[in-house]
Amino acid sequence: MDLKLKIWRQKGPEDKGGFVTYEVKDVHPDQSFLEMLDDLNVRLIHEGEDPIAFDHDCREGICGMCSLVLNGRPHGPWDETTTCQLHMRAYKDGDTITIEPFRAKAFPVVKDLVVDRSAMDRVLQAGGYISVATGNPQDANTIPVSKDDAERAMDASACIGCGACIASCPNASAMLFVAAKVSHLALLPQGQPERMIRVDKMVAQMDAEGFGACTNHTECEAVCPKGISIDFIAMLNREITRSKLSGVS
Amino acid sequence: MKRVVNLYRTSIGKKIIMAISGFVFVAFVIVHMLGNLKIFYPAHEGVYKIDVYGEFLRTVGYPVFARGQVLWIFRITLIGLALFHIWSAIVTWLMSRSARPIKYKVVEPVASTLASRTMRIGGVVIAVFIIFHMLNLTTGDIFPGGQFEHGAVHDNMLANFSVWWVTAFYVIAMLFLGLHLYHGVWSAFQTLGVSNPKYNSWRRGLAWFVAILVTAGNIAIPLAILMGKVH
Repeated sequence: MDLKLKIWRQKGPEDKGGFVTYEVKDVHPDQSFLEMLDDLNVRLIHEGEDPIAFDHDCREGICGMCSLVLNGRPHGPWDETTTCQLHMRAYKDGDTITIEPFRAKAFPVVKDLVVDRSAMDRVLQAGGYISVATGNPQDANTIPVSKDDAERAMDASACIGCGACIASCPNASAMLFVAAKVSHLALLPQGQPERMIRVDKMVAQMDAEGFGACTNHTECEAVCPKGISIDFIAMLNREITRSKLSGVS
Repeated sequence: MKRVVNLYRTSIGKKIIMAISGFVFVAFVIVHMLGNLKIFYPAHEGVYKIDVYGEFLRTVGYPVFARGQVLWIFRITLIGLALFHIWSAIVTWLMSRSARPIKYKVVEPVASTLASRTMRIGGVVIAVFIIFHMLNLTTGDIFPGGQFEHGAVHDNMLANFSVWWVTAFYVIAMLFLGLHLYHGVWSAFQTLGVSNPKYNSWRRGLAWFVAILVTAGNIAIPLAILMGKVH
């Protein structure tokens, strides 16, 4: 199939940037979206142009490195699918695809479609961990976890930290990401000692990074490649309320 | 108190204040709408039920409270909560506005609704409406329908809504209120942490019910008067 791509090109953080249109021919429906871009880049390199910079790593939908907003939707049209797992059969001959970087003040563009998502790392560093004394690992079954809690913690921990929730949110809010990270530790016994202080620090960092405020549009849940539920946002709301009202923080 | 202030300092705390004040407003608009439906009762021995109701609102609590005191307690509480509600909305809106300085060229809404996307503009419309409504039917300072008379609720309403553009403004404002309530009721539960797959469909249903109930009831009054169905 032949496609028309309107791609955001930006030489660097200070460059103003703009859209450049590329025609790609003979795209195979079984190619992944990133392979299609690889082919375009090979062509650009042969033509002596600067290849299009975009983020990618594992290309199997688990690392959270790929991004891109395709025709207004992060990770493209398929539900619970990252851009790297999106295949070109999602499109038909003659389609125009507008490709934009994830947009947020907290996600400054590095080059072209690559954005700096360190803001999410700083939120994690603020409290998305458990502190344990070093030593031999404990025997697996010495800390009982109920089936229900284990399942919910797994659902929350499925977050790969790609930032699609933030990119899709009309408010550029990071609530789903922070909610997933707070919830998965709050649901497990290992997360209990720092439970109150964790949510406090992570929410403070979230606000400090310049993310917007959630208005429950639920766009995040719809585009999340891992299908993280907004029920975790409700849980985050409970957690921060409990933390603040208990006076721990 | 310090703990509540600490909570309010976070973006989530502001939303919690919006949710709690929002639920108070939901209760208010339902009771207010039900009370106003008394306009549809015909006069009994020359006395209108809605006038009796208006008098009741002024004398309720007597003799513990003096005439009008309870009414003023309600008014001050509601206005105070409205200021908190609006202030929180403005602060969080400014946060969100600055959070995406460069907009997308293409936006494809996947899950958001007309109601969720009109919360802010709807809030402004409702705020303007509330100010107009108080000057119109509480104080009578803006009364295009003729001469306002304090206490004559029935006559004031009939005169007021016989003016087509007043009725039109009320109807438009109520449609915005309906959208605001639909997203607001559902959203407030989410903000207060009441979210569970077991009863989330029930939350949607309740939001629909409240929005339609309040909008339909409130629109029926001015429209019926304009069409000459109320005597």
